[in-house]
Amino acid sequence: MTFALFAEQLLNGLQFGVTLFLMAAGLTLIFGVMGLINLAHGSLYMVGAFACAAVAAWTGSFWLGLVASLAAAAGAGALVELLVVRRLYDRDHLDQVLATFALILIFSEAMRWLFGPFPLYLDMPALLQGAVTLPGGIDYPLYRLAIIVVGIAVAVGLHLLIARTRIGMRIRAGSSDREMIAALGVDIGKLYTIVFALGAALAGFAGALVGVNQSVQVGMGEPVLILAFVVIVIGGIGSLRGALIGALLVGVIDTMGRFLLPQAFTLVMEPSAAATTGASLASMLIYIVMALILAFRPRGLFAPA
Amino acid sequence: MTREFWINGVLALLLLAAPFIALAFGESFYVTLATRVAILALAAVGLNLALGLGGLVSFGHAAFFGIGGYAAGLLAAEGFTSMPVIWLIGAVVAGLVALATGAVSLRTSGVYFIMITLAFAQMIYYFVISWPTLGGEDGLSLALRNEFPFVNTLKPLDFFLIAYGLLLLALFIFARLRAARFGAALEGARQNETRLASLGIEVFPVRLWAFVLSAMITSVAGALYADLNRFVSPSMLSWHMSGELIVIVLLGGVGRLFGPVAGAAVFVLLEFALGGLTEHWQFFLGLILLGTVLFARGGLLALFAGKAHHG
Repeated sequence: MTFALFAEQLLNGLQFGVTLFLMAAGLTLIFGVMGLINLAHGSLYMVGAFACAAVAAWTGSFWLGLVASLAAAAGAGALVELLVVRRLYDRDHLDQVLATFALILIFSEAMRWLFGPFPLYLDMPALLQGAVTLPGGIDYPLYRLAIIVVGIAVAVGLHLLIARTRIGMRIRAGSSDREMIAALGVDIGKLYTIVFALGAALAGFAGALVGVNQSVQVGMGEPVLILAFVVIVIGGIGSLRGALIGALLVGVIDTMGRFLLPQAFTLVMEPSAAATTGASLASMLIYIVMALILAFRPRGLFAPA
Repeated sequence: MTREFWINGVLALLLLAAPFIALAFGESFYVTLATRVAILALAAVGLNLALGLGGLVSFGHAAFFGIGGYAAGLLAAEGFTSMPVIWLIGAVVAGLVALATGAVSLRTSGVYFIMITLAFAQMIYYFVISWPTLGGEDGLSLALRNEFPFVNTLKPLDFFLIAYGLLLLALFIFARLRAARFGAALEGARQNETRLASLGIEVFPVRLWAFVLSAMITSVAGALYADLNRFVSPSMLSWHMSGELIVIVLLGGVGRLFGPVAGAAVFVLLEFALGGLTEHWQFFLGLILLGTVLFARGGLLALFAGKAHHG
């Protein structure tokens, strides 16, 4: 195992973590502000990916596709909030789970209806093709590096939005006392729609970015959604900082586990058995880490008080 | 005798009569459909114990359903074809897994609990598809249905009666538990944890045992499901399955004795009827579910038998 390979896997883990953050940020904001558990968040990720693939195929421009993914996911999010989710804020978690589970069925089947059963493919934009040589002599794909940079920029931007702007102040106020800020004259309904659409746009954006490396297909959001749940449970539900650290942790542990565990097992068993055992254990690794963290901190690492 | 008592009786008789009527008309396919209802209802009775009585929203019961299924598939491949033995082994494994995951999950509550049970079920799902002897993505097929003493399990009606018998047994256990001190403690913990604690009853072990028992019942349903299809696939472990089980409990009515039976019947019939009408039946199933959650609170039994007596 060379240093370059190790560093490359580490960067892959970071890139994975950053895309998880884009998903987890929306989930944790929506839960923190509205108290809603949204299973359909993965559907918004899928909507973003499909919008990007369709518009990119139609116009020939990935960048227009990216804009379309943001618009489509935010639009779908706002619509869902106004029509359905709004009625769920006062319900218990069980009703929220069921209603958003129903939304997944609706979204998935609607996408299959619109785009057919076959996956779509997204071409990498010409600007981001190829590889760059990083310090230390590591060749790394430019596109993946760009995802890491964009993800970190989004994290910083979100932090500034929440901590420094008027709308961010309202969002924070809304998550700590919704009656009070409604009494102070803030249109809480509109605020909720905005937060939901913002979370949806982030998910759709993640879907479009990932759509280049994977095929765009129905159900693509579900594995990511479940990992995003693991992320926010580890980080503490409602905490943006927890979502970022949790996402990077999950991304790196998952990627490095798949890379290192099969090799580590060759030290104690024969190669074929080591590969199998290592791969199986690697696929369970983040859940084991989650269980360990929760055993010591049942409300996650950075749960808001 | 309350109205709900009579409705439950009618439901039990209807489900029992359905395959006999189907056979009288020579439509053996509907026997399979009724068996599916009985098996899913059995799985949901298990979930109802945790979800309905205990208020524990487990989004990971597919794991226990799948463990039962894989117990049937693996043991059959090894030559152990006695159903009761398979049920027992599957239930013990599911119970142990529930004990371990429950011990971690039950330290949390609310939305954390939902997500953690989901995550543990996903962990088992990924383990199964990555472990070669479990058949990976392809699953396992059973050459023949497993055996039950004095019964030919390959005859659809006989197999239905086994599933129906187990469903009644599970309903009996559910009813007895609910009436017992254990059930009272479990429901008390759901309504007011502090009050229960101040009575000197520890909440955690009560919930943990309910979770374990609930998992064991659901695993038996999983074994039957494997025998019904003569096939075990990883989809039995998928989170869609967990979602469907919750849907079944909610459709029927959370915490009601026959809620899972009504829910399973409606779910299977909806699936069948919509599937016959359109290729995109899941879209309409989603709309119907959404409508049920938003506008028909308390499930179907609440529409016919009034609101539940317990809060």
